[in-house]
Amino acid sequence: MKAAVIVYPGSNCDRDCKVALERTVGAQVSLVWHKETSLPQGLDLIVLPGGFSYGDYLRCGAMAAQSPVTAAVVAAAKAGVPVLGVCNGFQVLCETELLPGALLRNRGLKYLCHPVELEIANPHTRFTRAYAPGARPVMTIGHGEGNYFADAGTLDRLEGEGQVVFRYGANPNGSQRDIAGIVNESGTVLGMMPHPDRAFDPALGSDDGRRVFESLLAAA
Amino acid sequence: MIRARVHVRLKSGVLDPQGRAVADALQGLGYAEALDARVGKVIELDLDETDPARARARASEMAARLLANPVIESFEVEVV
Repeated sequence: MKAAVIVYPGSNCDRDCKVALERTVGAQVSLVWHKETSLPQGLDLIVLPGGFSYGDYLRCGAMAAQSPVTAAVVAAAKAGVPVLGVCNGFQVLCETELLPGALLRNRGLKYLCHPVELEIANPHTRFTRAYAPGARPVMTIGHGEGNYFADAGTLDRLEGEGQVVFRYGANPNGSQRDIAGIVNESGTVLGMMPHPDRAFDPALGSDDGRRVFESLLAAA
Repeated sequence: MIRARVHVRLKSGVLDPQGRAVADALQGLGYAEALDARVGKVIELDLDETDPARARARASEMAARLLANPVIESFEVEVV
């Protein structure tokens, strides 16, 4: 599997994502700086990592969505290359409109950093197919703006089309309908607030996130 | 040069926990009449432009494309 991890100024999970992909599925991973205008050829996956791209100026992900490399990511996504956005990466995907909705300030205002138990709302996506039926994976969250918001019509459509992929067991941040992760209509772009890249080895407290990468390997 | 002021605020149906905390703090200071608060932002733009109508149109375009996120925010442009 050949993957690219995008590095914006202020990204801080780029290396985590690279190491997670290398150790879980032996992927060949390149880090791509935000000023690049093109991506490596033949990619099986693009990852937008967590962090605080551009210092979260204006809105989380707003500046990154205008970054030169993001135009290449959007073009690749529209051509069908799978994209995984984690945490800040999810925020960027919403700002580019590759995914619907937006991520608001947490309901309780506080930055939250702790493990969460997730329900897999759709186990048939290219990002979740390696999970055992009924799995309740535990991963950590680390965000101040993870409160998923979309209008009721969009939420109904997401649920009706199986685009809600992960839900929180206990909603930490006020997200509408407990949403922790969604895919686009074609199922190729996933955004999620919990970090599979911080849950790929028992030494990290959980290796439940590695199934996300294994699912992608099976799909590649 | 023309200065345009873009006011960005959360749409009415969007929860504003920061505004809620501000209202609670004001009540704590004894302002019992402060039932609610909504926190927005103001972005001042210095535009290399002489025509106020064009300045307003361009600032509105900037607001729609970057300064506000239409999913959650609304905006108003003021030319000063």
